[in-house]
Amino acid sequence: MCLAIPAKIVALPEPDTALVDVDGVRKRVSLALVDGVGIGDYVIVHVGYALARLDPGEAERTLALFTEAGLAAASTRQNAP
Amino acid sequence: MKYIDEFRDGVVARQLAAAIAGEVRSDRRYHLMEFCGGHTHAISRYGIKDLLPVNVRMIHGPGCPVCVLPIGRIDNAIELAERPWTILATYADTMRVPASKGLSLQKAKARGADIRMVYSSADALRIARENPEREVVFFAIGFETTTPPTAVVIRQAAELGVANFSVFCNHVLTPAAIANILESPEVRELGTVPLDGFIGPAHVSTVIGSQPYEYFAEEYERPVVIAGFEPLDVMQAILMLVRQLNDGRAEVENEFTRAVTREGNIKAKALVAEVFELRRSFEWRGLGEVPYSALQIKEKYRAYDAETRFGIGYRSVADNKACECGAILRGVKQPTDCKVFGTVCTPENPIGSCMVSSEGACAAHYTYGRFKNVPIVKGSA
Amino acid sequence: MSAVRADYVRPVDFKHGRVDMTHGSGGRATAQLVDELFLRAFDNEWLRAQNDSARIVMPAGRMVIATDSHVVSPLFFPGGDIGCLAVHGTVNDVAMSGARPLYLAATFVLEEGFPLADLKRIVSSMATASRLAGVPVVTGDTKVVEQGKGDGVFITTTGFGIVPDGVDIAGDRARPGDVIVVSGTLGDHGVAIMSLRENLTFETTIESDTVALHELVAAMIAEVPGIHCMRDPTRGGLATTLNEIARQSGCGMVIRERDVPVKAQVKAACEFLGLDPLYVANEGKLVAIVPSATASRVLAAMRAHPLGRDAAIIGDVVEDAHGFVQMETSFGGRRNVDWLTGEQLPRIC
Repeated sequence: MCLAIPAKIVALPEPDTALVDVDGVRKRVSLALVDGVGIGDYVIVHVGYALARLDPGEAERTLALFTEAGLAAASTRQNAP
Repeated sequence: MKYIDEFRDGVVARQLAAAIAGEVRSDRRYHLMEFCGGHTHAISRYGIKDLLPVNVRMIHGPGCPVCVLPIGRIDNAIELAERPWTILATYADTMRVPASKGLSLQKAKARGADIRMVYSSADALRIARENPEREVVFFAIGFETTTPPTAVVIRQAAELGVANFSVFCNHVLTPAAIANILESPEVRELGTVPLDGFIGPAHVSTVIGSQPYEYFAEEYERPVVIAGFEPLDVMQAILMLVRQLNDGRAEVENEFTRAVTREGNIKAKALVAEVFELRRSFEWRGLGEVPYSALQIKEKYRAYDAETRFGIGYRSVADNKACECGAILRGVKQPTDCKVFGTVCTPENPIGSCMVSSEGACAAHYTYGRFKNVPIVKGSA
Repeated sequence: MSAVRADYVRPVDFKHGRVDMTHGSGGRATAQLVDELFLRAFDNEWLRAQNDSARIVMPAGRMVIATDSHVVSPLFFPGGDIGCLAVHGTVNDVAMSGARPLYLAATFVLEEGFPLADLKRIVSSMATASRLAGVPVVTGDTKVVEQGKGDGVFITTTGFGIVPDGVDIAGDRARPGDVIVVSGTLGDHGVAIMSLRENLTFETTIESDTVALHELVAAMIAEVPGIHCMRDPTRGGLATTLNEIARQSGCGMVIRERDVPVKAQVKAACEFLGLDPLYVANEGKLVAIVPSATASRVLAAMRAHPLGRDAAIIGDVVEDAHGFVQMETSFGGRRNVDWLTGEQLPRIC
């Protein structure tokens, strides 16, 4: 039951409803399970409901972690006898 | 696609693979169980196993709610669907799960039952409102990710007084399943399934938070790293688990910080608590009866409970003798250990639920991993 | 004396009328519907002869026949409808053998109660498609079934063509070393259809790619008559077509994910629904398998044609007794691209 996709809120047409967009594909989803999200926010959408707001700062930090791990590995290989 | 493509970057994948290879110790093995069906799917679809060192072994846990649904519950769903004037609304994933007497929801539909596939619980409620003369039953399945959406519609049905709507509730709980695996005789006593650490589910954790896993890390002394849904998330989580195991740590770490907090989604959890309560016990396919592992609808909303409304009695049905789904779900066996894998049991004709859901270990392996070392030979043109 | 005109026949009410059982009885009502709708729309010498069959002259050469039933739902979708789909589908099936499509036959099974306005729209669309393709509908049939026994309208089309000398295109002709080419972006049609299905509503500007491909095929064959295989990946998508050819030819295939053209919106829609674009239907694309020495020329001929602008080389045919179709993922690993199992239903899991 895990299929969920990060989507950007582009409109709030009705109470507790958002219109989200992924690369030009738009869908109406329910906001009944989240608070305090607005236009421009990214939310994780699962079976037609937004489940959580995606934190862009944390996303960047995570991507940086990946790169960091990669660099560390590369330098380890370089320094190997 | 933003926040998707960056987490699927092949170049970064190879760097992470190198990092993992650089940090694994050659004198030990690492047995890591991924619990979330989405992770099983990602690992197979992206061939992550190909990128891991040989002494890191991924075990597929029972993280697929379709796979753990026992035959008897599908029988109940078919029974509900075949009642006169009834519409059964279900997620597509359940349609082909084999039930008793060679049936499935798909076959029951072919026989005339009004079974409708829905994308969302909201669709099921809408069908009920659009068809006031019919009984509409929503076949609710899933772990904690999918439970809040069911809670929403039950509360809405109550607020709006939609009398012809009810829910056949099969929601199950992640921590209970993890505990059951860790408690299973094989793991605790015989040590035949060495389990060193867990990759915690992605979207379940957005709802329940990272806090519930702290108990496992402490009590069973095994690290848990909650991982996002994309392949790079999974690889980073594997790296973090390797590090913890090398350091002798057993902590809960969160790789999916962009969507998971320690408390999770408080609003969703509150709603679930308002509508549901724990069942004393529930049968899981492959695991048997597991205490306090599933939910039922509370007294306050019992009018919307299909089991009560229609007097559905549960009958446990044993799996096909040749089916190894139970062992596979517990990580004791691999798909290829099953005698009927790929021959009698295929995605087209599944015997057990591990083959039906694309997240089941058997289906994932059959669909994505069977090619096994077929060399690429370009002939002369 | 009555002032009514002696030879007045009330015309068919295409605005508000509906199909009823008399339209299928073979009597006057049938004749009138055929005359005012089908004959008028398709209008050609064979239909004007008003016989039950069409006498056609086939040029010398190897004849190809192909037939297809069309049961698509919804009947109208972005980019097309069941009518033009019925024409394009069969024209394409004939063209995939390398043949030049020459004639079409069309049968209609109408459901009692089906709005004549919709039927007229569909038939007009078919007639336009037929005219644009230069392939006339020379004979046909109409039946009516009771309400509840048909999904509005089912259309079956049969097509006839002649294969030019020197062309031998067949599913068992793929050989290790051959190159696999697609004519454009994949998954457009399936996504356009699904965007209308009840319970799956999402908004997208993706339109069905339904189109007649015979002229693109002619351009390809003119450049390279020795093409080995060609097929249009309709139901089941590219994955199914490649698996079919691999099995028929007794070889394997390896394609590269990053080279398979898919529109961003199609990718996104598939993500929403848990679908794989490789399995989503296409109605205006083809896959060709060509000897490697000819690949760049075939590709150039495709890209020079308006229907092949996004053509791309996506992989190779390899030796493999198992007949597996594999894909090098954008991630760097390899995975099977297996046969489609059951219906492709949107996943939640």
